[in-house]
Amino acid sequence: MSESKQPSYLEYQGKYKGLFGWIFSVDHKRIGLLYMYSIMTFFIVGATLGLLMKLELIAPGKTIMDAQTYNGLFTLHGITMIFLIVIPGIPAILGNFFLPIMIGAKDVAFPRLNLLSWWIYIIGAVIALSSQFMGSGPPDTGWTFYAPYSFKTTTNMLPAVLGAFTLGFSSILTGLNFIVTMHRMRAPGMNWMKMPLFPWTLYGTAWIQLLATPIVGITLLMVVAERTLHVGFFDPALGGDPVLYQHLFWIYSHPAVYVMILPAMGVISEILPTFARKTIFGYKAIVASTLAIAFVGYFVWGHHMFTAGMSGTAQFAFSFLTFLVAIPSAIKVFNWISTLYKGSIHLAVPFYWAASFIFVFMIGGLSGLVLGALSTNVHVHDTAFVVAHFHFIVFGGVGFAFMAGIHYWFPKIYGRMYDESWALTGWVVFFLGFLALYSPMFYLGMKGMPRRYFDYLPEYHGPNIFSSLGAVVMIFGLALIIINLIRSARKGEKATANPWNGTTLEWTIESPPILENFEEIPTVTEPPYHYK
Amino acid sequence: MSQNEKHHIVKYRTYIFVLLGLLTLTGISVAVTGLNLGPFAVTVALVLAGIKSTLVLLFFMHLKFDQPVYGIMVLFVLAVFVVVMIITFLDYSFR
Ligand SMILES: [Cu+2]
Repeated sequence: MSESKQPSYLEYQGKYKGLFGWIFSVDHKRIGLLYMYSIMTFFIVGATLGLLMKLELIAPGKTIMDAQTYNGLFTLHGITMIFLIVIPGIPAILGNFFLPIMIGAKDVAFPRLNLLSWWIYIIGAVIALSSQFMGSGPPDTGWTFYAPYSFKTTTNMLPAVLGAFTLGFSSILTGLNFIVTMHRMRAPGMNWMKMPLFPWTLYGTAWIQLLATPIVGITLLMVVAERTLHVGFFDPALGGDPVLYQHLFWIYSHPAVYVMILPAMGVISEILPTFARKTIFGYKAIVASTLAIAFVGYFVWGHHMFTAGMSGTAQFAFSFLTFLVAIPSAIKVFNWISTLYKGSIHLAVPFYWAASFIFVFMIGGLSGLVLGALSTNVHVHDTAFVVAHFHFIVFGGVGFAFMAGIHYWFPKIYGRMYDESWALTGWVVFFLGFLALYSPMFYLGMKGMPRRYFDYLPEYHGPNIFSSLGAVVMIFGLALIIINLIRSARKGEKATANPWNGTTLEWTIESPPILENFEEIPTVTEPPYHYK
Repeated sequence: MSQNEKHHIVKYRTYIFVLLGLLTLTGISVAVTGLNLGPFAVTVALVLAGIKSTLVLLFFMHLKFDQPVYGIMVLFVLAVFVVVMIITFLDYSFR
């Protein structure tokens, strides 16, 4: 590595100093970290809410809170986790930081728009969270704002709904920015089939952000119009249809699941070849499956509504389409496993996270088929089974992939290495806690324990104790991980430019990168993941 | 980024014709509301709106003069929209 004349992006001194040098920075790397610090702050709030819910459920009856508080808590937990954390999540943090570097660009196509997206995100978050502190009490509808609850409840619906509406713009603008960046700013020689897989998944994601988010925006405005002006969209008394709300909401919110999970899959596709020292198996199949998931994902939303009174024809169609999505997802899993086959596997913390991602993602995905099948769905819908399923997919998927990604790219981001034994202990504790927390919910759901209740029948007590203790273990593991990363970002050992022997462009530049990433824009000749 | 992209200059006359076309179509869609077409009122309104947005996309937003890839993107988005509508009506028409 040549001695750099330019300061790193962390030391660079622009027009503003200190905090202002961050919150007004248009550098994609600083914006990525701004997102990370804001999202991690919200995540600690959301995780605490989750822990409180699990403590309430450690015994039947009222344990630490009453029913209304519990309703407010799971609503806020959902709003925070979905709208503030996992939807922006990996694209806004790792995507912002690494997309331009991995395609050999100096920045995203519209750096100022990128900063504006972060500001809109913060404003949306403030509006959404203000619902907690105003007159009529925290919203209690769940994060889905289902009609008729959302126009009947007396709690502060408007700020929560308008906050989610505002957050949508941040997502749309990030998606637009990424699409233009990938079309216009790839380094010379990097044609589409030489682009690494993480950018590819961000590309699929960006199209979903751009096309699907406006639908939920309009839907939320319809709720506002219904509550304030009494326009009849969803309220039967005003001539509306409550099921229409569910259609419109899930036309966005199912694709939003792919906004969460596609970039996670991209991170895994980066990590596995690096630690297997082997080219990814079936690059083209993975690209095709990414686009297929993004595309088919638009047409499966009705699987959230099987018991809501849809026509039988629609139920059949949605169930069939849902099963179709399983195919490209499975293609990815098989390709990852085949990448490891006869690889020279280097066991390190990012690899453990990536491998455990595949494990929890498989459980989440296969339990999704149980829910996608009409007959079994009727039995387990709205039970703890559903909660277990989507926590395995969303938290197991996005959470584990983010952890894998942050432990993979940490030395690049901060130019320092974390303590590997702490990181490994954190992973073991977190993983065991995670399994203990969510696995019993599959069983509880099959036995009929409904979700979103602060109380349950005594026969469900045993598995609930197990699950709540799992939550405590998992939070302990999380604390180990976060403490280690924060400490290492400041005091860790200096990292080299390419500690994992990676082959994509981010490993060819310095750790931490300089302001414009590359001294000179590289010319790409080899496909990614080229190990000889 | 390719350097040799030409910027097409559109004559003012073209824009004025498009504008007149849009105004005429707006007039027609207002007039049609008086005809009482029953269930077809919505269809007619949507068809007219569709023609108008096509004109705007092609001329004012330059789709006609850009590389074909942008046209393909727009058509793709429309196709997604059409499929979403069809699937939604699998529910409403068979209830
Ligand atoms: Cu779904």
